[in-house]
Amino acid sequence: MTKPPNSDFSQTEVSIANNSSLMLGVDDLRAAIRQKHIFMTLGWQDVLARYRRSRVGAFWLTINMAVLIATLGIIFGLLFQTPIETFLPSVAIGIILWTLLSVTVSESCDSFSSARDTILQVKMPLSTQLIRVVVRNLIIFGHNALIIPIIFIFLAKPIDWISIYALLGLLLLILNIAWMSFVLSIVCTRFRDVTEIIKNLMQVMFYATPIIWGSEMLPKKISGIILDFNPFYHLITIIREPLLGQMPTFLNWVIPVSMAIIGWGLALTFFGYYKKRVAYWL
Amino acid sequence: MKSASIKLKNVGVVFPVYNASSLSLKNRMLSAITGGIIDRRHDGISLVKGLENIDLNICSGERVGLVGHNGAGKTTLLRILSGIFEPTSGKADIRGSCNSLINIGLGIDPEATGRENILLRGVMMGMKPSKVMRNIDDIIDFTGLGDFIDLPFRTYSTGMQMRLAFAVSTSIRPQILIMDEWLSTGDEEFRERANQRISEIVNLSEILILASHSRELLLSNCNRVVWLEHGKVRMDGKAEDVVKTYFGH
Repeated sequence: MTKPPNSDFSQTEVSIANNSSLMLGVDDLRAAIRQKHIFMTLGWQDVLARYRRSRVGAFWLTINMAVLIATLGIIFGLLFQTPIETFLPSVAIGIILWTLLSVTVSESCDSFSSARDTILQVKMPLSTQLIRVVVRNLIIFGHNALIIPIIFIFLAKPIDWISIYALLGLLLLILNIAWMSFVLSIVCTRFRDVTEIIKNLMQVMFYATPIIWGSEMLPKKISGIILDFNPFYHLITIIREPLLGQMPTFLNWVIPVSMAIIGWGLALTFFGYYKKRVAYWL
Repeated sequence: MKSASIKLKNVGVVFPVYNASSLSLKNRMLSAITGGIIDRRHDGISLVKGLENIDLNICSGERVGLVGHNGAGKTTLLRILSGIFEPTSGKADIRGSCNSLINIGLGIDPEATGRENILLRGVMMGMKPSKVMRNIDDIIDFTGLGDFIDLPFRTYSTGMQMRLAFAVSTSIRPQILIMDEWLSTGDEEFRERANQRISEIVNLSEILILASHSRELLLSNCNRVVWLEHGKVRMDGKAEDVVKTYFGH
């Protein structure tokens, strides 16, 4: 029997016996990263699909978002009687980040059921389907993020050197979104109605998090409770504040960092334990 | 590259079959709260034994046929062998790259062009995009679609869709090849080329697993046949012997 060399074909599967759930989860994630061309191609393809029938493509979402931001910026700016130069950038950054967060989290709920055909036919790491959802939303976020510099230029607002910390904040946001996706994808595949609960929860959190309102508008007495116990507040703040020229507090940094560490540990253990059941649940 | 091998030890698969109510978290919580009132048997989960105590060792060079009536567990076993299902009990050790041609139409995006679908499917099957791009002209050539390749997949006729799916699915050379019935498609002229292509990858594969209801196909391609019945191995041996007993002549 002759065997042609096919070094590009990297699906060698060695099953692992008696490994901890955490290691199984880590292995799956590592396998997905090793075959990163799969989630990159699929993620890009998802975005390209939006360009297929209209030339503006994914920018439609950006246009919608720009209109939303402009409307909210003007209405709420008037309502709260805050000057547009401070209010508009804050609303814009908040909404764009929130969209990245909430859409990725909600879409991760369907990540396995919408890829059912592929999962049941081709052997590939399950993490691939999850990272694909994250990649897709990051590309769309890249479109939306263009609104921010446009607003800064429009308002002739200077950018402080401190803004560089926003990149660190963005990294932490993505890391936290990703582990949440790992947990939710499994739970939502088993219990389909959780998807609806999550979508609902994200909508509630949109109003409970200072995005279209400023944290300084809360009465001092209760602001600590409402803000500090809201993980999403910290995730948004570590990007928004540096961009607006202010350094977030120590607590703002500590919470996302610890969430990322603890979250990833738990998520990969959970994922490793249940991932082999996913194909049966589809 | 290491040679391919398949070792199944005492493999069992128990399917949970959920109905709408057990797929709901709310209902699960209600039934937990109400405790004994809602009978466990009415929680909507039925357990179906798909496979039981399967022991199977397949080495490089073997051509294994799989027979059995509908519902005997053939598809489940094929999915275990391709690594899509992990056994719920026992151990499956599968080494080597694997490609299953079970349902080649799956995973195709009807909105994307033929060319994009070639890339998508190739990548999903484990090829690097650069490699797909290198082979893309050969694949397009094989489909015989000509200029249609740049039109959306949904505009294709059924025959053309099959050709494209076939051409991409068979463009890789796996160590373990898994097929559910012989792929046969298209008009006379294409069928001939398709048969030729399949024979080619069958010959190049180290292990062939072919589930089939056709006596001739099994006898001409396999040197070993496994007969599944009710999720268990009823008979496993030389192709001629098993086929004779199974088909009764």
